[in-house]
Amino acid sequence: MEKVRNPQVLIIGIGNPYRGDDAAGLLAARRLKEMQLDSATIIEHSGEGTSLLETWKGAQAVILIDAVSSRAVPGTIHRLEPISNPLPTEMFHASTHAFSLPDAIELARALNELPPALQVFGIEGRNFQAGSEISREVRDAITEVARMVANEVNARQSAPQ
Amino acid sequence: MKSRTIKVDYLARVEGEGSLYVKIQGDKLADVKLKIFEPPRLFEAFLRGRRYNEAPDITARICGICPIAYQMSAVHAMEDAFGVKVEGPLRNLRRLVYCGEWIESHALHVYMLHAPDFLGFPDAIQLAREQPHIVQRGLQLKKAGNEIVSVLGGREIHPINVCVGGFYRVPTRSELAPLAERLKWARDAALETVKWVAQFPFPDFEQDYIFVSLQHPDEYPFNEGRLVSNRGLNISVHDYDDNFVEEHVAHSNALHSVLKSGEPYFLGPMARYNLNFDRLSPVAQEAARAAGLGPQCRNPFKSIIVRSIEILHACDEALRLIERYERPDSPSVPVHPHAARGYACTEAPRGTLYHRYRIDEGGIIRDAKIVPPTSQNQKRIEQDLWQYIPSHLHENHDQLRWQCEQAIRNYDPCISCATHFLKLDIERA
Repeated sequence: MEKVRNPQVLIIGIGNPYRGDDAAGLLAARRLKEMQLDSATIIEHSGEGTSLLETWKGAQAVILIDAVSSRAVPGTIHRLEPISNPLPTEMFHASTHAFSLPDAIELARALNELPPALQVFGIEGRNFQAGSEISREVRDAITEVARMVANEVNARQSAPQ
Repeated sequence: MKSRTIKVDYLARVEGEGSLYVKIQGDKLADVKLKIFEPPRLFEAFLRGRRYNEAPDITARICGICPIAYQMSAVHAMEDAFGVKVEGPLRNLRRLVYCGEWIESHALHVYMLHAPDFLGFPDAIQLAREQPHIVQRGLQLKKAGNEIVSVLGGREIHPINVCVGGFYRVPTRSELAPLAERLKWARDAALETVKWVAQFPFPDFEQDYIFVSLQHPDEYPFNEGRLVSNRGLNISVHDYDDNFVEEHVAHSNALHSVLKSGEPYFLGPMARYNLNFDRLSPVAQEAARAAGLGPQCRNPFKSIIVRSIEILHACDEALRLIERYERPDSPSVPVHPHAARGYACTEAPRGTLYHRYRIDEGGIIRDAKIVPPTSQNQKRIEQDLWQYIPSHLHENHDQLRWQCEQAIRNYDPCISCATHFLKLDIERA
């Protein structure tokens, strides 16, 4: 089958803006929007798994950004490749969704609906309390992740398709 | 005496996070505690000092699964405060968007969260490996609901188009037409869903519940009606605070709601069904009978059938509303804020969601109270566990834990509404 030539990268920032560091993915997405990348579509998402599946349907390359909780130092950036290694589900328990991001990825795998390229950037959070502010370490990590994702998008754009 | 404890720190397939603690001494159940850790009232504090018209969008953020319910209770409470009546096509559009939320929330629970319990699968991913066509049907059904919410709400996840007095923008008839096409498929799929879940094996477990829901003279309830129960309660939503009490419970940061008599009560699809069966659409009533359910159902495990019947009803109702739709001249009616109190209950997918606001003369929120359905069902869930666990004490740790989780899942608890970060622990030692 001929491969669809699609240089667009779909970037999905996940989180809840009212739960402290849980907003990390959303804020990273907003930072990336400000960068006005030519070949990326950027979406903010609550993280509910089944609708994520729908959101990335048909995309050739997907980058997900979400807050995680794995007892690492807050602000730690986890770069994960879920196509080769399923995500550690405990890391995403900060999500309040019954059907979370790791579930969505595994469901997509079971249904043969994983995008050909998929990366996850996890930002270690400190505080997931409702109404709380973003931690300083997480704020710094958001800037760094936005830079890393922008580099990734630019690298894909310049690479031969 | 030998004792054992079951502790579950993370409740799988439940919205939010919770913890359940079960203590067994010898051959007796000694303790059951459903715990909620996070203070539930943060959003109420957050609303104080904000303008009245910000409440729908702020409260919609409480839950990614049922934002429409929060918006609906918020706008109805504000309209109650300011004496605004939203009628005709605008009222119908609100019913339509609520249909969308019921379809997506119920399809998620029936297919992804609840069905694996009955089929012996650990989760929906395993179900998808074994029966991908079934999971695809669930996803497509959910999508039909998502699309209604997207078209009317302006966005799928955190809809922004609902406002006090109506909508910011209303769709044209031609914008709704594609929804109808998918809904015709969805109605058939919902009927298949009812047949599918009706065949599941159900434990023989019935309780003498007090069901509470809205009741409307002619309609299966969404946005309006009186609060009624199967024990004679029949009140205006204005009298909610006089009839329901929230108790602080030592083991949980959430408040447990009970009736003034101290009794727990049951909200959600089971309550709506038992109190409003005759107001379901004919196709839904027929499907219920064919599934072996009469107008009454007291087995909470069969809530999966009832939830499926509500999906069918919502698809049918949505089609009816789209067929009749005529675009109104104005997307909203004028609102003139003044110092007032407003009250509303609407039927979120999981049950009655109460909002109460006090607004000052400048339209600023001075006080807010939000009572989500899960916090009202919490005590009822604990009571079910007290009754259900004793007949399973002989089972091993993992089986008992799973039984407990399944009994909790009957209520589709949305713990992220009830608080925000609930841990569920079941202990057996």
